[in-house]
Amino acid sequence: MNPSPGRDLVVGGFVLAGLLALAWLSFTVGGVDFESGDQLVVRAKFDELGGLKTRAPVVISGVRVGQVSDIVLDDDYRARVTMRLDGRLQLPTDTTASIVTAGLLGDRYVVLQLGGDTKMLASGDEVSFTESAVLLERLLGKLVHDAGGDGTDDAAGGTAGGGEKREATP
Amino acid sequence: MTDAIRALGFLAVRAAADLGSAAAFFADVARCIVSPPLRLRSVIDETWKLGVLSLIVICVCGLTVGMVLGLQGYNTLVRFGATESLGAVVGLSLVRELGPVLTALLATGRAGSATAAEIGSMVASEQLDGLRMMSIDPLDVVVMPKAVAMVLVMPLLSALFIACGVFGGWLVGVRLLGVDGGAYLTSLETSVDFRDDVMSSLIKAVVFGVLVGWVATYRGYTSAPNAAGVSAATTSTVVVGSVAILVFDYFITALWGVTS
Repeated sequence: MNPSPGRDLVVGGFVLAGLLALAWLSFTVGGVDFESGDQLVVRAKFDELGGLKTRAPVVISGVRVGQVSDIVLDDDYRARVTMRLDGRLQLPTDTTASIVTAGLLGDRYVVLQLGGDTKMLASGDEVSFTESAVLLERLLGKLVHDAGGDGTDDAAGGTAGGGEKREATP
Repeated sequence: MTDAIRALGFLAVRAAADLGSAAAFFADVARCIVSPPLRLRSVIDETWKLGVLSLIVICVCGLTVGMVLGLQGYNTLVRFGATESLGAVVGLSLVRELGPVLTALLATGRAGSATAAEIGSMVASEQLDGLRMMSIDPLDVVVMPKAVAMVLVMPLLSALFIACGVFGGWLVGVRLLGVDGGAYLTSLETSVDFRDDVMSSLIKAVVFGVLVGWVATYRGYTSAPNAAGVSAATTSTVVVGSVAILVFDYFITALWGVTS
């Protein structure tokens, strides 16, 4: 084929579009983040993560301000979560970090509730007030146990077992 | 009875010989790639034929697959009240599997068959023999640019397919069915991991590009020099290429899971 400038332009555009799509996949969707200097790194210890994963969002008043970058088990067997936040944030030292769920079964994320202290957290500091994830199954188990303990309602503890019991009696 | 066993033996020997000559062909083409000249001109021309001309079918299919995923995912997730995870469903299935695999299957049908038919008809019309007579290696001039272009084009097409698919899922999920746009993108971004998902997607696309380029050029190059040979080469390219893509997809997925 003879060289044709018009076609070469389209080929170049195609390669460029493909590379842009690849870059978008890698950087936006895949979340390769360069270590930009303007970041506030804070840590928090939790008793129960309830399925919090790295790259989970960190929000203040519902606005995303950063993400969970690392989760390790600390020396005292509690989960230590490292969060990378927007460097412009000024967080008081009595900020509370809690793990909540999006929807009933959605992903876990971290909510920061700001305190009223005048001293601000510096990068590398630890958030001392934390609220662990609430496990739905533990709540349900407690509910079922409480209901069974009262003896008022058989249905809560025994709908599944009721059928078997009836078969066994005759 | 002995006839049946003899037939089986013949098949086995032929399959082994075919595989061996395909491997030798692969090595020859690889040698042509690394040895100069690079033949950038021909590679660009082939990129036009295999990549740009496949663009429309890739984008339309990506958009449609994304829209179907959005619809199906929404209908399933809405039962659990978890429609904010729609982005994760669409993104993960596209990036991990559907993007590279469907792109490779489409490219086999669109570009692989064309490559096999082109080389096959060159064989049938004795053009490759003409090149050999002028002591020009047809592997270097005809086959190498097509194989290289196929490998280059596949990851780009796959990435465009995924981008179109994510957009299609967004169109149906967010614009049509009313999933929150922020939740769609957030769940997409938090669930898709760079190493586990994007890198494995990229590796798959490159491997599929090698497979399709290999099968298509080999089948065309070794086709019988007549009309039936060209048709058989085209058919076998699509069949062998598609099966190889799906088999390799399983193994890449399994191996990537082991290593990570």
